[in-house]
Amino acid sequence: MITVKNAAKAYDGQFVLEGVNWHINQGEWWGIIGPNGSGKSTLLHLISGTEKLTNGDISIQGKPISNYSRKELSRIVAVLQQDGVPQIHFPVRDVIEMGRFPYQDWLGREQQGYEEKDQLLNEIMSKLELDSIADRSVDELSGGQRQRVALGKVMAQEPQVLLLDEPTTYLDIRYQLQFMELVQKWRMDNGLTIIAVLHDLNLAAQFCDKLLVLKDGKAVSSGTPAEILTRDNIHSVFKVNPAIVAHPDSGVPQLLLKRKL
Amino acid sequence: MSRKLAVYGGAGIILLILTLTICVGIGSVDLPIGDIASILLHHVPFIGDAISPSWSASAEQIIMKVRLPRVVLGMLVGASLAASGAAFQGVLRNPLADPFTLGVSSGASVGAALLIFFGLQYSVFGSWTLPAVAFVTGILTLLGVLRLARQGGKIPTHSLILAGIVMQSFFGAVVSFLAAMSKQTINEILFWTMGSLSMRGWSYTAILFPYFIAGFLFLWSRARTLNILALGERQAAHLGLNVERTKLSVLIVATVLTAGAVSVSGVIGFVGLVVPHMIRLIAGPDYRLIVPLSALGGGIFMIWADTAARFVLAPTDIPLGIVTAFVGAPFFAYLLVRHKQQQRGRGA
Repeated sequence: MITVKNAAKAYDGQFVLEGVNWHINQGEWWGIIGPNGSGKSTLLHLISGTEKLTNGDISIQGKPISNYSRKELSRIVAVLQQDGVPQIHFPVRDVIEMGRFPYQDWLGREQQGYEEKDQLLNEIMSKLELDSIADRSVDELSGGQRQRVALGKVMAQEPQVLLLDEPTTYLDIRYQLQFMELVQKWRMDNGLTIIAVLHDLNLAAQFCDKLLVLKDGKAVSSGTPAEILTRDNIHSVFKVNPAIVAHPDSGVPQLLLKRKL
Repeated sequence: MSRKLAVYGGAGIILLILTLTICVGIGSVDLPIGDIASILLHHVPFIGDAISPSWSASAEQIIMKVRLPRVVLGMLVGASLAASGAAFQGVLRNPLADPFTLGVSSGASVGAALLIFFGLQYSVFGSWTLPAVAFVTGILTLLGVLRLARQGGKIPTHSLILAGIVMQSFFGAVVSFLAAMSKQTINEILFWTMGSLSMRGWSYTAILFPYFIAGFLFLWSRARTLNILALGERQAAHLGLNVERTKLSVLIVATVLTAGAVSVSGVIGFVGLVVPHMIRLIAGPDYRLIVPLSALGGGIFMIWADTAARFVLAPTDIPLGIVTAFVGAPFFAYLLVRHKQQQRGRGA
């Protein structure tokens, strides 16, 4: 689905990402983990096409991303950030409809017609339980509701690849879990490919099939959560010594931080 | 959306027609409103022939040659400024942005002030010299600002605003200097920079009209992309919008539209700032409504402002920019207070 070859990105001659090779198969859920400043978000920006590669290349479905037009790329790849939707005064339904932008011509018309679009939006609204707040303005919503609206917007985009950039940062544990489960459900329905930058290693271990570890702009290892989340690996990347236990339900590794003072 | 547009747009057009009829009637010679309506209708193609003249020839002269051109020109200037203002606020995502943010008005003023200072305002193209030069210097200023703000192929919004402020203060100083050095008893430079619509005639309207239509239609056609931009530049790019190209094209068209208005009327502030905000309060955040309704609202606002300018101290004309600031600034203060109250309401 996505192939990253020797990707590098430099700002003013300073490399923030170097020599990254990576292959993602269709339907996989990858997590990118690593310390702050290790180049995780930069890698996502490169795949989403909002930043240009300094060296190397990235191709999606066998075609280099520089050969896609901006709208073509947005029909395949959608991005959800930690502050999914800013506090704007638009009503919820209008914001979700904005997800249709890559399919619209300059008059706002779509090839598939008005009724099908309406039906798609209605399905998304009910799936995310947004019906009751459809006409409320986004700047009146709580953080958890806003992130659901953001998810609705990327669902309306009908992508094949979803990039998540720390999507649960501002959410409490209830909404964190709800958000991740909504994404998982979407994936099970549509065979979506997901790449997520996550700080929460325990969530990453529970939801991702595989993890890519970045450190100082380089990909240092990749594999299943059980292979990656070991004491030695965590220590060499994050410089902390956690206790690692198996999750009582699934057996995936979970980290417990240990204090020294 | 389209139903809302029909309701608000219909109301706006009715208001505009009423405004036109009433304001044409206000002036030193009293004309009955029935006569005005009949004279105006008489000049509308196809239906005009059905109305037989029952008014004096002088009344028709006053309406058609003196008052109507001024009112229509005011409408076009107001509509241009307000539609551009809406576009600027959309692209820069800054509530304080207005059509003069990128320095066009200051650039146009410098051109005008130089001509007036050296007494060249009727030199090359007769009475067209001043507007032509003001237009060109306005556009040159835009190019200067864009050049100044450019950073590696992109034009970040914050440096664009800063570059505009730099240009405005520099050219403002030049204009003030020229005005201070001027030995005329009536300071023409000062009056030009305060805006006026008097003594313009139909020819200005005829030029501005197609120009306004083209610019306005372009801005309206970009309204949906302005909605997407409200999500922030990065998210807009994720949704498939070519952000840099959109920003640049909308800013250039809005600025060129503004330069056209400024070159015929001088600098008239607050219309491009306040009218889009008023419309936003009434019709919501959707630019597909804000752009056309701002044009309507700007036209109506400007006609009333100009009527006040020529009527309040008649026979003296008050500079138009003073009237719009007089009305616009308190309204802006009101918006600010209301915004604060809303914020507090949300916090509680």
